[in-house]
Amino acid sequence: MKLRGTVWKFGADVDTDAIIPARYLNTSDPAELAKHCMEDADPEFVTRMRPGDIILADKNFGCGSSREHAPIAIKAAGVACVIAPSFARIFYRNAFNMGLPIFESSDAYAGIEQGDEVEVDAGTGVIRNLTRAAEFRAEPIPPFMQQLIADGGLMAHIAKRGS
Amino acid sequence: MTITEKILAAHAGADRVEPGQIINVWVDVALGNDITAPIAIREFRKAGAERVFDRERVVLVPDHFAPNKDIASAEQCKVLREFAKEQDLAHYFETGEMGVEHALLPEQGLVVPGDVVIGADSHTCTYGGLGAFSTGVGSTDLAAAMITGEAWFKVPESMKFVFRGEPGPWVDGKDLILYTIGRIGVDGALYRAMEFTGPAIDRLGMDDRLTMCNMAIEAGGKSGIIAPDDVTRGYVDGRALREPVYYTSDPDARYAAVLEFDCAEIRPQVAFPHLPSNTRPIDEVGEVVIDQVVIGSCTNGRITDLRRAARVLEGNRVARYVRCLVIPATQEIYRQALREGLFEVFLDAGCAVSTPTCGPCLGGHMGILARGERAVATTNRNFVGRMGHPESEVYLANPAVAAASAVLGRIASPEEVVS
Ligand code: SF4
Repeated sequence: MKLRGTVWKFGADVDTDAIIPARYLNTSDPAELAKHCMEDADPEFVTRMRPGDIILADKNFGCGSSREHAPIAIKAAGVACVIAPSFARIFYRNAFNMGLPIFESSDAYAGIEQGDEVEVDAGTGVIRNLTRAAEFRAEPIPPFMQQLIADGGLMAHIAKRGS
Repeated sequence: MTITEKILAAHAGADRVEPGQIINVWVDVALGNDITAPIAIREFRKAGAERVFDRERVVLVPDHFAPNKDIASAEQCKVLREFAKEQDLAHYFETGEMGVEHALLPEQGLVVPGDVVIGADSHTCTYGGLGAFSTGVGSTDLAAAMITGEAWFKVPESMKFVFRGEPGPWVDGKDLILYTIGRIGVDGALYRAMEFTGPAIDRLGMDDRLTMCNMAIEAGGKSGIIAPDDVTRGYVDGRALREPVYYTSDPDARYAAVLEFDCAEIRPQVAFPHLPSNTRPIDEVGEVVIDQVVIGSCTNGRITDLRRAARVLEGNRVARYVRCLVIPATQEIYRQALREGLFEVFLDAGCAVSTPTCGPCLGGHMGILARGERAVATTNRNFVGRMGHPESEVYLANPAVAAASAVLGRIASPEEVVS
Protein backbone atom coordinates (compact mmCIF):
# COMPACT_ATOMS: atom_id res chain seq x y z
CA MET A 1 0.00 0.00 0.00
CA LYS A 2 1.30 3.44 -0.92
CA LEU A 3 0.24 6.59 0.90
CA ARG A 4 0.74 9.88 -0.86
CA GLY A 5 -0.05 13.33 0.45
CA THR A 6 1.00 16.82 1.45
CA VAL A 7 3.00 17.14 4.66
CA TRP A 8 1.98 19.11 7.72
CA LYS A 9 5.03 19.61 9.89
CA PHE A 10 4.91 19.88 13.69
CA GLY A 11 7.58 20.16 16.40
CA ALA A 12 8.71 17.81 19.17
CA ASP A 13 6.60 16.45 22.04
CA VAL A 14 3.21 17.09 20.41
CA ASP A 15 0.98 15.98 23.28
CA THR A 16 -2.46 14.43 23.30
CA ASP A 17 -3.96 17.66 24.65
CA ALA A 18 -2.74 19.41 21.50
CA ILE A 19 -4.02 16.59 19.29
CA ILE A 20 -7.47 16.57 20.87
CA PRO A 21 -8.02 18.95 23.81
CA ALA A 22 -9.71 17.41 26.84
CA ARG A 23 -12.50 19.98 26.61
CA TYR A 24 -13.86 17.94 23.69
CA LEU A 25 -13.63 14.57 25.42
CA ASN A 26 -17.22 14.54 26.56
CA THR A 27 -17.87 12.63 23.35
CA SER A 28 -16.17 9.74 21.61
CA ASP A 29 -17.87 10.30 18.24
CA PRO A 30 -15.07 10.17 15.61
CA ALA A 31 -16.68 12.84 13.38
CA GLU A 32 -16.97 15.26 16.32
CA LEU A 33 -13.39 14.58 17.45
CA ALA A 34 -12.08 15.06 13.91
CA LYS A 35 -13.39 18.64 13.91
CA HIS A 36 -10.87 19.54 16.61
CA CYS A 37 -7.90 17.49 15.43
CA MET A 38 -4.57 19.21 16.28
CA GLU A 39 -6.52 22.30 17.33
CA ASP A 40 -4.17 23.48 20.08
CA ALA A 41 -1.08 22.84 17.95
CA ASP A 42 -2.39 24.59 14.83
CA PRO A 43 -5.99 25.90 14.86
CA GLU A 44 -6.02 26.14 11.05
CA PHE A 45 -4.98 22.54 10.46
CA VAL A 46 -8.45 21.04 10.33
CA THR A 47 -9.88 23.61 7.94
CA ARG A 48 -6.91 23.58 5.58
CA MET A 49 -5.80 19.95 5.49
CA ARG A 50 -7.17 17.59 2.86
CA PRO A 51 -7.93 13.90 3.36
CA GLY A 52 -4.81 11.90 2.53
CA ASP A 53 -2.43 14.50 3.95
CA ILE A 54 0.42 13.35 6.15
CA ILE A 55 1.52 14.53 9.60
CA LEU A 56 5.28 14.79 10.14
CA ALA A 57 6.46 15.58 13.65
CA ASP A 58 9.64 15.64 15.69
CA LYS A 59 10.36 13.17 18.53
CA ASN A 60 7.91 11.86 21.14
CA PHE A 61 4.71 12.43 19.16
CA GLY A 62 1.54 11.71 21.14
CA CYS A 63 2.94 12.08 24.65
CA GLY A 64 0.57 12.60 27.52
CA SER A 65 -2.69 10.83 28.06
CA SER A 66 -3.82 7.38 26.99
CA ARG A 67 -6.86 8.76 25.19
CA GLU A 68 -7.59 6.76 22.07
CA HIS A 69 -9.47 9.87 21.00
CA ALA A 70 -6.10 11.17 19.75
CA PRO A 71 -5.48 8.55 17.03
CA ILE A 72 -9.25 8.44 16.41
CA ALA A 73 -9.32 12.20 15.74
CA ILE A 74 -6.32 11.98 13.41
CA LYS A 75 -7.72 9.02 11.53
CA ALA A 76 -11.23 10.45 11.29
CA ALA A 77 -9.85 13.76 10.01
CA GLY A 78 -8.53 11.78 7.06
CA VAL A 79 -4.80 11.92 7.83
CA ALA A 80 -3.11 9.09 5.92
CA CYS A 81 -0.28 8.46 8.36
CA VAL A 82 2.02 10.02 10.93
CA ILE A 83 5.80 10.05 10.59
CA ALA A 84 8.09 10.92 13.52
CA PRO A 85 11.50 9.91 14.90
CA SER A 86 9.73 8.46 17.97
CA PHE A 87 6.26 8.08 19.40
CA ALA A 88 5.08 8.11 23.00
CA ARG A 89 4.47 4.54 24.09
CA ILE A 90 0.70 4.54 24.60
CA PHE A 91 0.06 6.48 21.39
CA TYR A 92 2.17 3.98 19.45
CA ARG A 93 0.21 1.09 20.90
CA ASN A 94 -3.16 2.75 20.33
CA ALA A 95 -2.34 3.61 16.73
CA PHE A 96 -1.66 -0.06 15.95
CA ASN A 97 -4.73 -1.20 17.86
CA MET A 98 -6.89 1.16 15.78
CA GLY A 99 -5.21 0.81 12.42
CA LEU A 100 -3.71 4.29 12.05
CA PRO A 101 -0.43 3.80 10.15
CA ILE A 102 2.57 5.38 11.87
CA PHE A 103 6.20 5.32 10.84
CA GLU A 104 9.31 5.83 12.94
CA SER A 105 12.10 7.46 10.96
CA SER A 106 15.05 9.30 12.45
CA ASP A 107 16.04 11.28 9.36
CA ALA A 108 12.77 12.05 7.57
CA TYR A 109 12.09 15.01 9.84
CA ALA A 110 15.13 16.99 8.72
CA GLY A 111 14.63 16.17 5.07
CA ILE A 112 10.96 17.06 4.63
CA GLU A 113 9.40 20.51 4.86
CA GLN A 114 5.88 21.79 5.43
CA GLY A 115 3.90 21.45 2.19
CA ASP A 116 6.20 18.87 0.58
CA GLU A 117 4.61 16.06 -1.37
CA VAL A 118 5.53 12.71 0.17
CA GLU A 119 4.91 9.07 -0.69
CA VAL A 120 5.19 6.29 1.89
CA ASP A 121 5.36 2.64 0.94
CA ALA A 122 3.72 0.98 3.95
CA GLY A 123 5.10 -2.40 2.98
CA THR A 124 8.78 -1.52 2.68
CA GLY A 125 8.83 1.53 4.97
CA VAL A 126 10.42 3.67 2.25
CA ILE A 127 9.48 7.34 2.52
CA ARG A 128 9.99 9.43 -0.65
CA ASN A 129 10.01 13.19 -0.67
CA LEU A 130 8.67 13.88 -4.18
CA THR A 131 9.17 17.63 -3.88
CA ARG A 132 12.87 17.37 -3.09
CA ALA A 133 13.71 13.99 -4.55
CA ALA A 134 15.02 12.50 -1.32
CA GLU A 135 14.43 9.10 0.24
CA PHE A 136 14.25 7.92 3.84
CA ARG A 137 13.67 4.63 5.55
CA ALA A 138 11.26 3.93 8.43
CA GLU A 139 11.97 1.42 11.21
CA PRO A 140 10.67 -2.03 10.39
CA ILE A 141 7.41 -2.86 12.17
CA PRO A 142 7.91 -5.63 14.79
CA PRO A 143 6.44 -9.00 13.66
CA PHE A 144 3.83 -9.01 16.42
CA MET A 145 2.51 -5.61 15.33
CA GLN A 146 2.47 -6.79 11.72
CA GLN A 147 0.30 -9.66 12.89
CA LEU A 148 -2.05 -7.20 14.62
CA ILE A 149 -2.35 -5.18 11.42
CA ALA A 150 -2.81 -8.29 9.29
CA ASP A 151 -5.62 -9.44 11.58
CA GLY A 152 -7.26 -6.01 11.33
CA GLY A 153 -6.45 -4.57 14.76
CA LEU A 154 -6.41 -5.88 18.29
CA MET A 155 -10.08 -6.80 18.62
CA ALA A 156 -10.08 -8.74 15.37
CA HIS A 157 -6.83 -10.39 16.44
CA ILE A 158 -8.46 -11.61 19.64
CA ALA A 159 -11.57 -12.81 17.81
CA LYS A 160 -9.34 -14.73 15.44
CA ARG A 161 -7.44 -16.40 18.27
CA GLY A 162 -10.87 -17.39 19.60
CA SER A 163 -9.89 -17.05 23.24
CA MET B 1 15.91 -9.95 37.01
CA THR B 2 14.43 -6.58 37.96
CA ILE B 3 11.26 -6.36 40.01
CA THR B 4 9.40 -5.44 36.81
CA GLU B 5 10.71 -8.49 34.94
CA LYS B 6 9.83 -10.76 37.87
CA ILE B 7 6.24 -9.51 38.07
CA LEU B 8 5.78 -9.81 34.32
CA ALA B 9 7.32 -13.30 34.21
CA ALA B 10 5.04 -14.48 37.01
CA HIS B 11 2.01 -13.19 35.11
CA ALA B 12 3.15 -14.73 31.84
CA GLY B 13 3.64 -18.12 33.46
CA ALA B 14 7.35 -18.01 32.63
CA ASP B 15 10.50 -18.43 34.71
CA ARG B 16 12.16 -15.44 33.13
CA VAL B 17 11.49 -12.72 30.62
CA GLU B 18 13.95 -10.51 28.74
CA PRO B 19 13.57 -6.85 27.78
CA GLY B 20 12.22 -6.56 24.24
CA GLN B 21 10.35 -9.85 24.41
CA ILE B 22 6.63 -9.63 23.57
CA ILE B 23 4.56 -11.52 26.11
CA ASN B 24 0.97 -12.12 26.98
CA VAL B 25 0.14 -11.64 30.66
CA TRP B 26 -2.97 -12.05 32.74
CA VAL B 27 -4.04 -8.87 34.46
CA ASP B 28 -5.15 -8.56 38.07
CA VAL B 29 -7.15 -5.40 37.49
CA ALA B 30 -8.44 -3.65 34.36
CA LEU B 31 -9.53 -0.05 34.94
CA GLY B 32 -11.55 2.44 32.93
CA ASN B 33 -13.02 5.90 33.51
CA ASP B 34 -15.83 8.01 32.10
CA ILE B 35 -13.68 9.19 29.16
CA THR B 36 -12.06 5.92 28.13
CA ALA B 37 -14.49 3.20 29.21
CA PRO B 38 -17.35 4.22 26.87
CA ILE B 39 -15.08 3.45 23.89
CA ALA B 40 -13.95 0.20 25.51
CA ILE B 41 -17.55 -0.82 26.16
CA ARG B 42 -18.43 -0.05 22.55
CA GLU B 43 -15.55 -2.28 21.40
CA PHE B 44 -16.59 -4.96 23.90
CA ARG B 45 -20.06 -5.05 22.33
CA LYS B 46 -18.75 -4.87 18.78
CA ALA B 47 -16.69 -7.98 19.50
CA GLY B 48 -19.91 -9.74 20.50
CA ALA B 49 -18.69 -10.31 24.08
CA GLU B 50 -21.31 -10.95 26.71
CA ARG B 51 -19.56 -11.15 30.07
CA VAL B 52 -16.42 -9.56 31.46
CA PHE B 53 -13.73 -12.08 32.38
CA ASP B 54 -14.17 -11.43 36.11
CA ARG B 55 -16.67 -9.09 37.75
CA GLU B 56 -14.24 -8.48 40.64
CA ARG B 57 -11.39 -7.33 38.42
CA VAL B 58 -12.94 -4.88 36.02
CA VAL B 59 -13.06 -1.55 37.83
CA LEU B 60 -14.96 1.48 36.54
CA VAL B 61 -14.56 4.95 38.03
CA PRO B 62 -16.45 7.94 36.63
CA ASP B 63 -14.16 10.72 37.87
CA HIS B 64 -13.08 12.98 35.01
CA PHE B 65 -16.29 14.83 34.17
CA ALA B 66 -18.15 13.63 37.27
CA PRO B 67 -20.24 14.83 39.03
CA ASN B 68 -21.72 15.13 35.55
CA LYS B 69 -20.48 18.33 34.00
CA ASP B 70 -22.97 18.59 31.14
CA ILE B 71 -25.40 16.47 29.17
CA ALA B 72 -22.73 14.87 27.01
CA SER B 73 -20.68 13.80 30.03
CA ALA B 74 -23.81 12.62 31.82
CA GLU B 75 -24.38 10.30 28.86
CA GLN B 76 -20.84 8.97 29.15
CA CYS B 77 -21.17 8.31 32.88
CA LYS B 78 -24.48 6.60 32.16
CA VAL B 79 -22.74 4.18 29.80
CA LEU B 80 -20.48 3.12 32.70
CA ARG B 81 -23.33 2.84 35.18
CA GLU B 82 -25.48 0.68 32.90
CA PHE B 83 -22.56 -1.55 32.02
CA ALA B 84 -21.67 -1.93 35.70
CA LYS B 85 -25.28 -2.91 36.46
CA GLU B 86 -25.51 -5.30 33.55
CA GLN B 87 -22.22 -7.01 34.40
CA ASP B 88 -22.83 -6.76 38.15
CA LEU B 89 -19.35 -5.28 38.62
CA ALA B 90 -18.14 -5.44 42.21
CA HIS B 91 -16.17 -2.21 41.90
CA TYR B 92 -18.09 0.59 40.28
CA PHE B 93 -17.93 3.87 42.19
CA GLU B 94 -20.87 6.25 42.00
CA THR B 95 -20.49 9.94 42.82
CA GLY B 96 -20.53 9.93 46.60
CA GLU B 97 -18.20 6.92 46.75
CA MET B 98 -16.08 7.97 43.83
CA GLY B 99 -12.61 9.45 43.98
CA VAL B 100 -9.86 10.17 41.48
CA GLU B 101 -9.16 6.66 40.25
CA HIS B 102 -5.45 6.43 41.02
CA ALA B 103 -5.94 7.62 44.59
CA LEU B 104 -8.99 5.41 45.00
CA LEU B 105 -7.69 2.00 43.88
CA PRO B 106 -4.72 1.77 46.29
CA GLU B 107 -6.79 3.21 49.14
CA GLN B 108 -9.57 0.65 48.63
CA GLY B 109 -7.08 -2.22 48.51
CA LEU B 110 -8.06 -3.02 44.93
CA VAL B 111 -4.44 -3.00 43.79
CA VAL B 112 -1.86 -4.91 45.81
CA PRO B 113 1.92 -5.38 45.58
CA GLY B 114 2.97 -7.81 42.87
CA ASP B 115 -0.06 -7.09 40.66
CA VAL B 116 -0.18 -6.43 36.95
CA VAL B 117 -2.70 -3.65 36.37
CA ILE B 118 -3.74 -2.01 33.15
CA GLY B 119 -5.90 1.07 33.02
CA ALA B 120 -7.23 3.08 30.14
CA ASP B 121 -5.63 6.13 31.68
CA SER B 122 -2.01 7.11 31.38
CA HIS B 123 -1.50 7.68 35.12
CA THR B 124 -2.25 4.05 35.87
CA CYS B 125 1.52 3.87 36.44
CA THR B 126 0.79 5.31 39.93
CA TYR B 127 0.44 1.85 41.51
CA GLY B 128 4.15 1.23 41.06
CA GLY B 129 4.34 2.97 44.43
CA LEU B 130 2.95 -0.23 45.93
CA GLY B 131 5.40 -2.48 44.11
CA ALA B 132 2.95 -3.43 41.35
CA PHE B 133 3.51 -3.32 37.58
CA SER B 134 0.89 -0.97 36.26
CA THR B 135 0.63 0.94 33.04
CA GLY B 136 -1.73 3.00 30.93
CA VAL B 137 -3.23 1.63 27.75
CA GLY B 138 -5.89 2.69 25.27
CA SER B 139 -9.56 1.82 25.29
CA THR B 140 -9.17 -1.01 22.79
CA ASP B 141 -6.59 -2.68 25.03
CA LEU B 142 -9.01 -2.27 27.93
CA ALA B 143 -11.81 -3.85 25.89
CA ALA B 144 -9.56 -6.80 25.05
CA ALA B 145 -8.62 -7.24 28.72
CA MET B 146 -12.24 -6.99 29.86
CA ILE B 147 -13.01 -9.94 27.59
CA THR B 148 -9.92 -12.10 27.98
CA GLY B 149 -8.33 -11.00 31.26
CA GLU B 150 -5.09 -10.65 29.35
CA ALA B 151 -2.90 -8.02 27.74
CA TRP B 152 0.18 -8.09 25.54
CA PHE B 153 3.35 -6.25 26.47
CA LYS B 154 6.81 -5.72 25.24
CA VAL B 155 8.95 -6.30 28.34
CA PRO B 156 10.48 -2.88 29.05
CA GLU B 157 14.10 -2.21 29.81
CA SER B 158 14.49 -0.82 33.31
CA MET B 159 16.18 2.39 34.32
CA LYS B 160 17.33 2.76 37.92
CA PHE B 161 17.18 6.07 39.81
CA VAL B 162 19.05 6.10 43.12
CA PHE B 163 18.18 8.89 45.52
CA ARG B 164 20.71 9.56 48.28
CA GLY B 165 21.00 12.30 50.86
CA GLU B 166 18.45 14.06 52.99
CA PRO B 167 15.86 16.22 51.20
CA GLY B 168 15.61 19.75 52.60
CA PRO B 169 12.50 21.25 54.22
CA TRP B 170 9.46 21.53 51.89
CA VAL B 171 10.97 19.06 49.44
CA ASP B 172 8.71 16.06 48.91
CA GLY B 173 8.09 13.25 46.42
CA LYS B 174 6.72 15.71 43.87
CA ASP B 175 10.02 17.59 43.82
CA LEU B 176 12.05 14.41 43.43
CA ILE B 177 10.03 13.35 40.41
CA LEU B 178 9.86 16.84 38.85
CA TYR B 179 13.62 17.12 39.30
CA THR B 180 14.08 13.72 37.64
CA ILE B 181 11.90 14.67 34.67
CA GLY B 182 13.75 17.98 34.40
CA ARG B 183 17.01 16.06 34.22
CA ILE B 184 16.03 13.38 31.69
CA GLY B 185 13.28 15.13 29.69
CA VAL B 186 9.75 14.15 28.71
CA ASP B 187 11.02 11.22 26.66
CA GLY B 188 13.99 10.41 28.88
CA ALA B 189 12.50 7.08 29.92
CA LEU B 190 10.57 6.32 26.71
CA TYR B 191 9.29 2.71 26.69
CA ARG B 192 11.17 2.00 29.94
CA ALA B 193 10.31 1.02 33.50
CA MET B 194 11.58 3.60 35.99
CA GLU B 195 12.74 2.01 39.23
CA PHE B 196 13.18 4.42 42.14
CA THR B 197 15.52 3.27 44.93
CA GLY B 198 18.00 4.51 47.50
CA PRO B 199 17.96 5.61 51.14
CA ALA B 200 15.81 8.68 50.44
CA ILE B 201 13.14 6.51 48.82
CA ASP B 202 13.25 4.08 51.75
CA ARG B 203 12.27 6.96 54.02
CA LEU B 204 9.37 8.15 51.85
CA GLY B 205 5.81 7.54 52.96
CA MET B 206 3.33 5.80 50.67
CA ASP B 207 1.61 9.00 49.53
CA ASP B 208 4.92 10.39 48.23
CA ARG B 209 5.80 7.09 46.57
CA LEU B 210 2.50 7.09 44.71
CA THR B 211 3.16 10.71 43.65
CA MET B 212 6.54 9.76 42.21
CA CYS B 213 5.34 6.74 40.26
CA ASN B 214 2.31 8.72 39.09
CA MET B 215 4.54 10.97 37.00
CA ALA B 216 6.69 8.24 35.39
CA ILE B 217 4.56 8.76 32.27
CA GLU B 218 5.66 12.41 32.17
CA ALA B 219 9.17 11.12 31.44
CA GLY B 220 7.75 8.81 28.75
CA GLY B 221 8.05 5.78 31.06
CA LYS B 222 5.95 2.69 30.62
CA SER B 223 5.80 2.31 34.38
CA GLY B 224 7.34 3.50 37.62
CA ILE B 225 8.08 1.19 40.51
CA ILE B 226 9.37 1.16 44.07
CA ALA B 227 10.23 -2.17 45.68
CA PRO B 228 7.88 -2.96 48.54
CA ASP B 229 9.19 -2.72 52.12
CA ASP B 230 7.83 -2.17 55.61
CA VAL B 231 6.22 1.11 54.55
CA THR B 232 4.37 -0.82 51.86
CA ARG B 233 3.34 -3.56 54.27
CA GLY B 234 2.11 -0.98 56.75
CA TYR B 235 -0.02 0.64 54.05
CA VAL B 236 -1.40 -2.56 52.60
CA ASP B 237 -2.24 -4.30 55.89
CA GLY B 238 -5.94 -4.12 56.55
CA ARG B 239 -6.70 -2.80 53.03
CA ALA B 240 -5.62 -5.43 50.53
CA LEU B 241 -8.55 -7.35 49.08
CA ARG B 242 -6.18 -9.99 47.70
CA GLU B 243 -2.96 -11.59 48.92
CA PRO B 244 0.02 -9.33 48.05
CA VAL B 245 3.23 -10.76 46.58
CA TYR B 246 6.39 -8.87 47.46
CA TYR B 247 8.99 -8.80 44.70
CA THR B 248 12.38 -7.07 44.71
CA SER B 249 15.11 -6.70 42.09
CA ASP B 250 18.07 -9.08 42.14
CA PRO B 251 21.47 -7.55 42.96
CA ASP B 252 22.67 -8.54 39.48
CA ALA B 253 19.60 -7.25 37.65
CA ARG B 254 20.41 -5.43 34.40
CA TYR B 255 19.51 -1.80 33.78
CA ALA B 256 19.58 0.27 30.61
CA ALA B 257 20.91 3.14 32.75
CA VAL B 258 21.54 3.99 36.39
CA LEU B 259 21.28 7.60 37.57
CA GLU B 260 22.15 8.86 41.05
CA PHE B 261 20.77 12.02 42.59
CA ASP B 262 21.71 13.77 45.83
CA CYS B 263 18.48 14.92 47.46
CA ALA B 264 20.32 17.51 49.55
CA GLU B 265 20.81 19.47 46.34
CA ILE B 266 17.16 19.33 45.28
CA ARG B 267 15.11 22.43 46.07
CA PRO B 268 11.32 22.63 45.65
CA GLN B 269 10.72 22.46 41.90
CA VAL B 270 8.38 24.37 39.61
CA ALA B 271 7.67 23.12 36.09
CA PHE B 272 7.04 26.08 33.79
CA PRO B 273 4.70 25.94 30.80
CA HIS B 274 4.34 23.94 28.64
CA LEU B 275 6.25 20.80 29.56
CA PRO B 276 6.66 18.94 32.85
CA SER B 277 10.40 18.82 32.13
CA ASN B 278 10.66 22.60 32.05
CA THR B 279 11.64 22.72 35.72
CA ARG B 280 13.38 25.35 37.82
CA PRO B 281 14.26 25.42 41.50
CA ILE B 282 11.90 27.69 43.42
CA ASP B 283 14.73 30.18 43.97
CA GLU B 284 15.02 30.83 40.24
CA VAL B 285 11.36 31.36 39.47
CA GLY B 286 11.33 35.15 39.56
CA GLU B 287 8.09 37.15 39.69
CA VAL B 288 5.22 35.08 38.28
CA VAL B 289 1.83 36.53 39.20
CA ILE B 290 -0.99 33.97 39.31
CA ASP B 291 -4.79 33.81 39.12
CA GLN B 292 -5.56 30.33 40.41
CA VAL B 293 -4.18 27.54 42.56
CA VAL B 294 -5.32 23.93 42.34
CA ILE B 295 -4.44 21.51 45.12
CA GLY B 296 -5.62 18.01 44.25
CA SER B 297 -5.47 15.32 41.52
CA CYS B 298 -4.10 11.78 41.36
CA THR B 299 -0.64 13.28 41.83
CA ASN B 300 -1.17 15.34 44.98
CA GLY B 301 -4.70 15.04 46.32
CA ARG B 302 -3.92 12.65 49.18
CA ILE B 303 -4.11 13.38 52.89
CA THR B 304 -0.37 14.06 53.24
CA ASP B 305 -0.67 16.65 50.47
CA LEU B 306 -3.63 18.36 52.11
CA ARG B 307 -1.81 18.45 55.45
CA ARG B 308 1.20 20.12 53.84
CA ALA B 309 -0.98 22.69 52.12
CA ALA B 310 -2.88 23.36 55.36
CA ARG B 311 0.35 23.91 57.26
CA VAL B 312 1.18 26.76 54.91
CA LEU B 313 -2.33 28.18 54.71
CA GLU B 314 -2.96 28.10 58.48
CA GLY B 315 -3.47 31.61 59.77
CA ASN B 316 -3.05 33.09 56.28
CA ARG B 317 -5.42 34.37 53.61
CA VAL B 318 -5.49 33.59 49.93
CA ALA B 319 -4.41 36.74 48.06
CA ARG B 320 -7.09 39.03 46.71
CA TYR B 321 -8.38 38.09 43.23
CA VAL B 322 -6.77 34.63 43.46
CA ARG B 323 -8.91 31.47 43.47
CA CYS B 324 -7.55 28.58 45.51
CA LEU B 325 -9.30 25.25 44.90
CA VAL B 326 -8.72 22.31 47.21
CA ILE B 327 -9.94 18.96 45.87
CA PRO B 328 -9.45 15.95 48.14
CA ALA B 329 -8.90 12.99 45.82
CA THR B 330 -11.31 10.54 47.47
CA GLN B 331 -14.25 10.54 49.88
CA GLU B 332 -12.09 8.92 52.54
CA ILE B 333 -9.44 11.63 52.20
CA TYR B 334 -12.23 14.21 52.29
CA ARG B 335 -13.57 12.74 55.53
CA GLN B 336 -10.11 12.48 57.06
CA ALA B 337 -9.32 16.10 56.20
CA LEU B 338 -12.62 17.17 57.72
CA ARG B 339 -11.86 15.21 60.90
CA GLU B 340 -8.42 16.71 61.25
CA GLY B 341 -9.81 20.22 60.98
CA LEU B 342 -8.08 20.92 57.68
CA PHE B 343 -11.29 22.21 56.10
CA GLU B 344 -11.46 24.81 58.84
CA VAL B 345 -7.98 25.98 57.80
CA PHE B 346 -8.87 26.00 54.11
CA LEU B 347 -12.15 27.83 54.63
CA ASP B 348 -10.59 30.40 56.96
CA ALA B 349 -7.95 31.05 54.31
CA GLY B 350 -10.61 31.61 51.65
CA CYS B 351 -10.20 28.39 49.64
CA ALA B 352 -12.99 26.62 47.80
CA VAL B 353 -13.16 22.95 48.82
CA SER B 354 -14.65 20.55 46.29
CA THR B 355 -16.02 17.05 46.23
CA PRO B 356 -13.52 14.59 44.63
CA THR B 357 -13.16 14.96 40.85
CA CYS B 358 -10.43 15.29 38.23
CA GLY B 359 -12.13 18.56 37.31
CA PRO B 360 -9.64 21.28 36.44
CA CYS B 361 -6.63 18.94 36.17
CA LEU B 362 -7.54 18.14 32.57
CA GLY B 363 -9.40 21.36 31.88
CA GLY B 364 -12.65 19.48 32.37
CA HIS B 365 -14.69 21.60 34.75
CA MET B 366 -14.59 23.18 38.23
CA GLY B 367 -11.88 25.75 37.66
CA ILE B 368 -11.15 26.41 33.99
CA LEU B 369 -8.69 29.15 33.08
CA ALA B 370 -9.52 32.15 30.86
CA ARG B 371 -7.23 33.51 28.16
CA GLY B 372 -3.94 34.68 29.64
CA GLU B 373 -4.61 33.34 33.13
CA ARG B 374 -1.97 31.49 35.13
CA ALA B 375 -2.36 28.69 37.62
CA VAL B 376 -0.06 26.90 40.02
CA ALA B 377 -1.27 23.32 40.26
CA THR B 378 -0.20 20.21 42.13
CA THR B 379 -1.28 18.21 39.08
CA ASN B 380 1.00 16.50 36.56
CA ARG B 381 0.67 18.17 33.16
CA ASN B 382 1.13 21.73 31.97
CA PHE B 383 0.62 21.26 28.25
CA VAL B 384 -0.91 24.03 26.13
CA GLY B 385 -4.60 24.34 27.00
CA ARG B 386 -4.44 21.66 29.70
CA MET B 387 -6.50 23.67 32.22
CA GLY B 388 -8.54 25.77 29.85
CA HIS B 389 -7.83 28.41 27.24
CA PRO B 390 -4.94 27.57 24.90
CA GLU B 391 -3.33 30.84 25.96
CA SER B 392 -3.53 30.08 29.69
CA GLU B 393 -0.57 28.72 31.64
CA VAL B 394 -0.08 25.98 34.22
CA TYR B 395 2.90 25.77 36.58
CA LEU B 396 3.39 22.46 38.38
CA ALA B 397 4.55 22.34 41.99
CA ASN B 398 4.18 20.53 45.30
CA PRO B 399 1.24 21.30 47.64
CA ALA B 400 3.25 23.54 49.99
CA VAL B 401 4.53 25.68 47.13
CA ALA B 402 1.02 25.85 45.66
CA ALA B 403 -0.38 26.98 49.03
CA ALA B 404 2.34 29.61 49.51
CA SER B 405 1.65 30.87 45.99
CA ALA B 406 -2.05 31.20 46.80
CA VAL B 407 -1.21 33.35 49.82
CA LEU B 408 1.21 35.66 48.02
CA GLY B 409 -0.56 35.77 44.64
CA ARG B 410 2.65 34.82 42.84
CA ILE B 411 4.73 31.68 42.68
CA ALA B 412 6.32 31.55 46.12
CA SER B 413 8.32 29.35 48.43
CA PRO B 414 6.66 28.10 51.63
CA GLU B 415 9.65 29.61 53.42
CA GLU B 416 8.28 33.06 52.60
CA VAL B 417 5.00 32.28 54.34
CA VAL B 418 5.85 29.96 57.21
CA SER B 419 8.62 30.91 59.57
S1 SF4 C 1 -6.46 13.82 38.27
FE1 SF4 C 1 -5.76 14.55 36.28
S2 SF4 C 1 -4.08 13.25 35.69
FE2 SF4 C 1 -5.15 12.24 37.36
S3 SF4 C 1 -6.59 10.84 36.38
FE3 SF4 C 1 -7.66 12.77 36.73
S4 SF4 C 1 -7.38 13.97 34.86
FE4 SF4 C 1 -5.88 12.31 34.83
